[in-house]
Parts: sequence; structure tokens; C-alpha cells
Amino acid sequence: MSVVKAKNISKSYNKTVVLRDISLTVESGEVLVLLGRSGSGKSTLLRCLNGLEQIQAGSVEVAGHEMIYSGEALRALRRDVGIVFQQYNLFPHMTVGENIMLAPHLVKKVPRKEMARKAREVLDKVGLLDKFDAYPDRLSGGQQQRAAIARSLAMEPKLMLFDEVTSALDPQLTGEVLAVMASLAQSGMAMVVVTHEMGFARRVADRVIFMHDGRIIEEGPPEQLFSAPSTPEFKAFLAQTD
Amino acid sequence: MRTFGFPEIVFLIEAAQWTIYLSLLTFGMGGLVGFVIAMARVSRHRVLRAVSSAYVQLFQNTPLLMQLFIVYFGLSLLGFRLPAIVAAGLALTFFASAFLGDIWRGSIEAVPRQQFEAADALALTPWQSFRHVILPQAIRLATPPTVGFFVQIVKNTSLTSIVGMTELMRGAAMMNNATMAPMNVYAIVCLIYFVICFPLSVLSRKLESRLNVGR
Repeated sequence: MSVVKAKNISKSYNKTVVLRDISLTVESGEVLVLLGRSGSGKSTLLRCLNGLEQIQAGSVEVAGHEMIYSGEALRALRRDVGIVFQQYNLFPHMTVGENIMLAPHLVKKVPRKEMARKAREVLDKVGLLDKFDAYPDRLSGGQQQRAAIARSLAMEPKLMLFDEVTSALDPQLTGEVLAVMASLAQSGMAMVVVTHEMGFARRVADRVIFMHDGRIIEEGPPEQLFSAPSTPEFKAFLAQTD
Repeated sequence: MRTFGFPEIVFLIEAAQWTIYLSLLTFGMGGLVGFVIAMARVSRHRVLRAVSSAYVQLFQNTPLLMQLFIVYFGLSLLGFRLPAIVAAGLALTFFASAFLGDIWRGSIEAVPRQQFEAADALALTPWQSFRHVILPQAIRLATPPTVGFFVQIVKNTSLTSIVGMTELMRGAAMMNNATMAPMNVYAIVCLIYFVICFPLSVLSRKLESRLNVGR
């Protein structure tokens, strides 16, 4: 079953075209990694999948919800789609536990006891069980990012989106965040990951997409794509990043 | 003629009560209206934004004294004879709400955009995002300048003596007429204003430095 079905989507800001006629599917349980230079449109594409950016042509269906830009339809879709940002975006005035319980409480009306249990479960998954009562600014960047992942997981999403989540982290902290993501992938979560971490793409991705100038120009399983890039753009990209 | 002594000082302190009441009234009413103004200023509706912005500009860029005159004398010309306390309260409310509305708009807008985005992505409604994510952070940012502005309110209540409010300033004028001892009277008046305002200034500065170190 496909958790993402995007057909012929296009988007531009004023006169700058960012996405050109992109079609994309993600199967449930699949890990899709989006690669490309800055400005290639990969982050925009990702953000279109939960409606943070609006498309101007084409159609998107995510987790069984058709993308309609009304408050109510978007909220229904976002209940099933988690997103993790580069800058973590934890709520600084709440403890980690409160951050995690906020949306289940307000959106899903989960009873308090059940919520606390769930919060501990997802914190345990990301290895931060002892940080339940800590405020975000007491955590390292890597811990904050893992807490942000836990916050998304508490909504029990059917799809997780990762938008350059390790770009603000040093190599060691990057490692701990990628490890959490890899174990999440292992557990069968469908994921779309925008990243510059080629190692992660090689090891964890089921499929890799390379974007250039708003288009998908290469697509395939990582071992095939990385060993035999077919476009000069992807060749050049690989040569620079390795 | 009276000599300036202890009873006169007691009289001034009693007059100062009205300064405090008027300040609290102004802060309460101005805060209420100011909150509405702040909400209108950050709203998605263009008309609301334009109207509230015009309101802020109007009352920020005209002297409070003029506002007092217009409310008190202007309305009485039209046949509305307002008691001094109502006229004073009304004019001060316009003045305070314009400034508080602007301070609070700034505080709301100072919360990073990404916080809205994160709340959106968690499927919160706009009101839930505002209430649970944006407002608590905006209140922290707004507290020091709000307390600081309260000092301005206290001092500006002195203008209402013009329309016959017997607060500290008018009490002082009356005492001065009776005793002809302006240095004594106004020195005491200064001291009373200082005693009211100084702790607030210190509080404002303290809150600000606490904010700067994070939590």
C-alpha cells in the first residue's frame, strides 16, 4: 500500500519554479532518501507532503488523506504525518514530557495516564527516558533532536518526514540522531528523509531520489544508484560529497 | 495661611491613593483593550490590522493632554458631562491600550515563526497553537516592557489633575496654594512618585535580565 502518492506536482514562488512536474510514491514501511544540492527543491518537496508548502498543480495523497488546503483537512492529514525540522523547534517553555504530550492531549484527547505512558514509551525509543522533566535548553542539540522525533512519534504517525535534521549538529551528535532514525526504519516506519548524510542513504534507504533544478533526475535503490550514476549532475554531486 | 507640616504630608499621601487607583484602573482597562488591539494587529484580516494600526498611531502620536481635553471638554460641549474620573479613565485607557497593544504585538511577533510551524505540523488548531505555544512565550517576552510601561502610566496620571481629578498632582497644587511652600510640597510629591515607581523600574530590569539568561 502506498502511503504517499504525489502526481505531477508543480510549485513556484513568484517566477521561480521550485518543483517541476514531480511524481512520487512511497510504500508503507519504505525509507526514501531525497538527495540534491541546496535549491534543488528537496526540502520544498518534503514540506509539500504535509501541506506546510502548497502545490500549484498536481495532486498529493498522504496516508489516505487527499491534500486539501483547508484547516480541518490539513489537520486530519497532519495527525498521521510527523515532521522533524533542522532546528528541532521544541517548545522552550515546556519540559520534554510536556512537549510530547501536548498534541496527543489537544488533538487526540488521549487520557492523561495513557498519554504519560506513551510519552515514556517514545522517549525510551529515542534513549531519553531520563529527560522527561528536563527543559529543552538543558539538552544537547542531538538530545533535542531526538526529543523532537519522540514528539512526532507520540502521535503514532503513518509517515515520518525528516528535513535535514542533522545539518545543525556536529558529527558525534549526528551519529546518535541517525542511529535513532535507523532503528525507526528497522521498525517498519515509512520515512522520507532529506539529508546530506550519504552514509545514511547507503545503509538505511530502500530507495534514493536525486533532485536537480526542481526535477527528479535519478531514482533507484542506493547500491545501484551510488555505483552507477547515470547523469553527469549526480556524478558531480557524488564526487563532491564523498 | 497654613504651615507645611505633618497633616499636609498625610493629605498628599491620601491624594496619592488616587494616583494608584487611577493607575490600576488604567492598567486594567488599557490592558483589556490593549489585548484586543494586539490580537487585531496580528490577525489575518487586513481590515482588522488596518483599523487597529490606525488606532495605535492615533493615540501614540498625539499628546495625552490633548486626548484628555478632547474627552473631557470636547464631550461636554456635545452635551456629555463626564465625571472627572470617567474622563480621566477613558483618556488614559486610550493612551495605555495603544502602547500596550503595540508592546504585545511586538512580543507575539518575536516568537520564532518555526514555533507556529511546529504547532501546525502537530495538527493543533490555530487557537490551540496560540494559546499553548505562542502566548506563553510572548508573555515571557512582554513582561519586562509591560512593567516598565506601568511606570509611564503612574507618572502620566498626573496630567489628569487638569480635568479636576484630585490625585497626587492636584492635591499638591491645592497644598501649595494653601501653604505657599512649593519646595516642600513638590519635594514630597516627587518622593512619593519615586517611591511608587522605583520598585517597578527595578522589577522591570530584573525581569529583563532574567529573560536574557534563558530560563
